[in-house]
Amino acid sequence: MPVIRVQDRVAKLALDTVLEVVCTDPGVLIDIPAWCRINGHEVLETRDEGDQQIVILKVGEP
Amino acid sequence: MSEQRKAASLISGGLDSLLATRVIREQGIHVEGINFFTGFCVEGHTHAIRKKERARPKRNNALWVAEQLGIKLHIVDIVEPYKEVVFNPMHGYGANLNPCLDCKIFMVRKAHEWIIQHGFDFIITGEVVGQRPMSQRKDTMPVVSRESGSGDLLLRPLCAKNLPETLPEREGWVKREQLYDFSGRSRKPQMALAERFGLKDYAQPAGGCCFLTDAQYSSKLADLWQARGSKQYEMDDIMLLKVGRHLRPRPHFKLIISREEGEGNFLQGYRKQFVSIRTISHPGPLALIDGEVGDADIELAARLVARYSQGRDAAEVELEMADREGNSCLLRVRPLPPHEIPQTWHL
Repeated sequence: MPVIRVQDRVAKLALDTVLEVVCTDPGVLIDIPAWCRINGHEVLETRDEGDQQIVILKVGEP
Repeated sequence: MSEQRKAASLISGGLDSLLATRVIREQGIHVEGINFFTGFCVEGHTHAIRKKERARPKRNNALWVAEQLGIKLHIVDIVEPYKEVVFNPMHGYGANLNPCLDCKIFMVRKAHEWIIQHGFDFIITGEVVGQRPMSQRKDTMPVVSRESGSGDLLLRPLCAKNLPETLPEREGWVKREQLYDFSGRSRKPQMALAERFGLKDYAQPAGGCCFLTDAQYSSKLADLWQARGSKQYEMDDIMLLKVGRHLRPRPHFKLIISREEGEGNFLQGYRKQFVSIRTISHPGPLALIDGEVGDADIELAARLVARYSQGRDAAEVELEMADREGNSCLLRVRPLPPHEIPQTWHL
C-alpha cells in the first residue's frame, strides 16, 4: 500500500526533506495528501500522468 | 494538574470507530488512531483500479475519519503476521473465510503492544455488543479482552455501560456516565449520535470492511489453496483475487480475465510473472494464466479470452500470447460459445 511505504520512508527523513513519490495507483492522489494533512507534512505537488501518479511532499514536524 | 491520558483507537474507517473516538476525545483524552493493513481490507489499493470508477475516486475512509477527527493515524502493515490468523483461526471461520474473532483478538493484541511501545494508557474500539455474529457478542467480547492480553485496558465507549468497568473508568480518566449502552444490530443509535455530533458524511460499509467476509472472494481464495495443495498466499495473490473474472477450466490452471480497461492496465503489471493473452483483431481483455500449461490448454485459454472480447461472435479472433520473458506468438481461434463454458469454471 503506497501510503504505508510513504509513512515508513518519511519516518526516516529529516524535517523539510522533499520526497518525490511515484506510484501506479490513482488512489494516492487522494490518500497521500490526506495522510500528509493528518500528520503535518506539506504536499508541494500532485500529478496524474495516466499510467503513473506523482506526489511531491515536504516532511514536517514528527 | 492531572496527567494527560492517551488512548489508541482502532480506526477502520466506519462510523462506529469514528463515534467511539469522538466520544473519548470529548472527555479530554488525547487520541491517536491505528489502522491495520491486512491486505484484505476493502479500503486501499484496489479501490482505484477500475477505470469506470475513476471519475468517482474513492477515498481511504480510515484516513478520512482521522482527518475529520483531527487525530493522527498510524497505518500498521500486518500482512505477514496476519497470515497465521487466516490459515489457522483458533475460534474458526464465520460464514466465509472470515476469522472475525481471531482477527479482533489479533488486532487488539497488536494495539496493546503499540500502546506499551508508545506510552499510551488504553485502547478504544467502536465495538457494539450484539452487532456482529462472531466478534461482537456479549460472550465473545471478554474473550477479545482476555486473549489479546489487553484485559481492562480495552474500552468500548459505545457499549461500555453494558460491560464491566474498565481501568480508564475506574481510575476516573473517563466518565462512565458519559459513555453509551448501545447493543444489537440496529444502526439507529449510532446514526442519532452522529447527528448529535453534526456528522453527515460517513462510510456505511455493507457487510464489513474485509474481503474475507465476501462469499465470492472466499471461494476464490479456497480455490487458490486447493490448487496449490496448501494454505498459502502472497500479497500479489490476494490482490489478484480482487481483480477480474476468474475461471478454472482445468485443475492445473486458471485464467484471470480483465473486465474493463482499468483492470487490464493493472494486470499488465503482472506480465512478467504469468503467461498472458490479449486479443489483437478485436478490442478485448488481457488475461493472465495462473498455472503451467500445454498447447491444448493455451488454445482453450485463448478461446475463452476470445469469448470475452468484442469478437465473441466472430468466426475467428486473433490473439497474442506472451510468456514471462516477453517472447510472444500469435494465435487464431474460434471463440468458445457460452454453452461450452460450464458454470463450475467460474470461481
